[in-house]
Amino acid sequence: MEKQWFTISVYSENNVGLLNRISGIFLKRHINIESLNVSKSEIDEVSKFTIVVYTTETWVHNIVGQIEKQIEVIRAFYHTDEETIYQESALFKIASNLLFDERQIQNIIKDHNSQIVTVAREFFVLAKTGRRNEINEMYEQLKPFGIMQFVRSGRISVSKEVMQITALLNEFQEQ
Amino acid sequence: METVKEKENSPQKSTALKITGAEAIIHCLLAEGVDLLYGYPGGAIMPVYDELYKFQDKLTHILTRHEQGATHAAQGYARVTGKVGVAMATSGPGATNLVTGLADAQIDSTPMVCITGQVPRHLLGSDAFQETDIIGISTPVTKWNYQITKASEIAEIMAKAFYIAKAGRPGPVLIDITKNAQFEEFEFSYEPCKGVRSYNPVPKPDTKTIAAAAELINSAKRPYIIWGQGVILGKAETQLKAFVEKTGIPAAWTILGASALDTDHPLNVGMVGMHGNYGPNVLTNECDLLIAIGMRFDDRVTGNLDTYAKQAKIIHLEIDPAEINKNVKVDLAVLGDSKETLGLLLPLVNENTHVAWHNEFKKKYKEEFEQVIKNDIHPTKKGLTMGEVIEEINLASKNKAVIVTDVGQHQMIACRYAKFKQSKSNITSGGLGTMGFALPAAIGAKMGAMEREVVAVIGDGGYQMTIQELGVIFQHQIPVKIVVLNNDHLGMVRQWQELFFDKRYASTVMVNPDFVKIAEGYHIEAKRVSERKDLKARVQEMIASDKPYFLEVKVEKEDNVFPMIPSGASVSDIRLK
Repeated sequence: MEKQWFTISVYSENNVGLLNRISGIFLKRHINIESLNVSKSEIDEVSKFTIVVYTTETWVHNIVGQIEKQIEVIRAFYHTDEETIYQESALFKIASNLLFDERQIQNIIKDHNSQIVTVAREFFVLAKTGRRNEINEMYEQLKPFGIMQFVRSGRISVSKEVMQITALLNEFQEQ
Repeated sequence: METVKEKENSPQKSTALKITGAEAIIHCLLAEGVDLLYGYPGGAIMPVYDELYKFQDKLTHILTRHEQGATHAAQGYARVTGKVGVAMATSGPGATNLVTGLADAQIDSTPMVCITGQVPRHLLGSDAFQETDIIGISTPVTKWNYQITKASEIAEIMAKAFYIAKAGRPGPVLIDITKNAQFEEFEFSYEPCKGVRSYNPVPKPDTKTIAAAAELINSAKRPYIIWGQGVILGKAETQLKAFVEKTGIPAAWTILGASALDTDHPLNVGMVGMHGNYGPNVLTNECDLLIAIGMRFDDRVTGNLDTYAKQAKIIHLEIDPAEINKNVKVDLAVLGDSKETLGLLLPLVNENTHVAWHNEFKKKYKEEFEQVIKNDIHPTKKGLTMGEVIEEINLASKNKAVIVTDVGQHQMIACRYAKFKQSKSNITSGGLGTMGFALPAAIGAKMGAMEREVVAVIGDGGYQMTIQELGVIFQHQIPVKIVVLNNDHLGMVRQWQELFFDKRYASTVMVNPDFVKIAEGYHIEAKRVSERKDLKARVQEMIASDKPYFLEVKVEKEDNVFPMIPSGASVSDIRLK
């Protein structure tokens, strides 16, 4: 079976040890977590893990089963890229003088719809939100001028299909 | 949903009283119906032990000689009673010594609650004396774990621990309690846990799937059942028997499923797996419908997955959704508790006998009997075989004993030849293969079922891994019968070396001590048998004894266990020699 990109979404209780439990499931199977994001979700007191892996559907099915089995996990899903709307964010820190010396940089900022977050005497910071390849493209274009610092976030995504977590939670409680 | 059954006159419920965290732990245990636990004291758990001393009329604590022994004893107790086993240890090495037992209970789905002491809250993370991150260490081998750092958490967390340990597919839970929380005073009240909102332990069976399963079963020409421990954990023995008898489907078992249906039941065709019976393995690849009930297609059961039951449609009755399509792709998954799903299936399936199909199992059994079984249990050669010892235990105990085994050749032989008339009678370390399991597990099994005969069958290797637990048997005069099948080798590894490593016997020869003298050192009656003529009498004497009894049987040094599916081979390539 062919490997592909999958986004795993995990709805869970906000619990200290859970990240350890979840990461152990990947570790045990030698599957690298390509990106990980933990945040609040649309439901009060429910956290959402967004995990990106590059693996086969057999494995991702298996992993999601093991994740969902954890006591504090409410529900876990996996989706292909086509089934989700997803983005990443990146910050570029660049020397301020370049903004004046290298005209091209202004074009790059415009072309990529990126925002200037701050400008200081020594440096300015650009923010870019988009797909991984868009961020990479901007990175490649800025690289020749010198990037002082670069960081990219984990993927965040929402699924195209409806996720009925609240209904599930109610159902659990009724049982 | 299963809920914790509280004792009627429990004073803990709703009456708030100010007590220490340590005392609260005792009240939690009592409220959960615990009257027996195993453990080992130490600095960080001393306040709880102090309370155990005060409550010794209500709660028996058995001091094992090593914390690993405490976990296996708790497991043995849990496996024979179906209740939650409890083990306790201190922080640091006390806690880390629990890891093997936790891993064993996790892979064999045994309900167990382990309680460990921990350094005080303010010392956490300071590398204090006997501090270890037992939560981090035990995470992969527990169903759930939690560190309590304030007394106010105790009641809720302990209730949750017992609930989770036994709900749905059972498993081990570890609760780590910092010492300050044990000393702290607080207003205690106890409510049993009735559910955890993020956890759905028993999926509801889907009637459409049940109907589809019935249809597959009714139209199958060569249907075949393999059941596992899920039948025992789900208390579905009666349903399994009714289902098998109505449909006339030949039924085989995994090692942990043994004893759910009487060994002598005409439709019980034997054991599957690496050293299972010939027919059940070979015919897995000849059935047209495989009905897997409460089993997880372990690699020791399936052999090579690429050639496993490819010709058959497969129905999987299972409580744990994560097991569906994990190893073997199935055509129909029937989620739910096996008692419930089998109960729903029963009225929908047709009566049948499948005589011709059943005869194929009989034919294969005859072949296996001639080539293997006959020589195992009625040997004509000089040396004693493990099989004939098991047969004598069957005869002396009238097939009524609980057989507790360790890991290796003796385990495979015991599981192959021990006969059972009652469920929960085969207690062994199946998934993890933990040498050293049997002796402490037999202590727990006996204490959980004092009315039953409990025979520990152990190899000379595994016996020496937890031999110190003889101290417990002696101190408390626990009438466990211990049979060491001594071949002066690590027999199973030696067998593999013989078959697959050109007889290079690397570190498998054991120079053993005088086991009889060791047992006598613990004042346990002990005998040794080296010749066939003495075997029957000694085994009978052992079973007749109402005291602890040790029997060493010197068996043939280089016997092999057959049939055997070589590692990675297909079930149909099982070797008879």
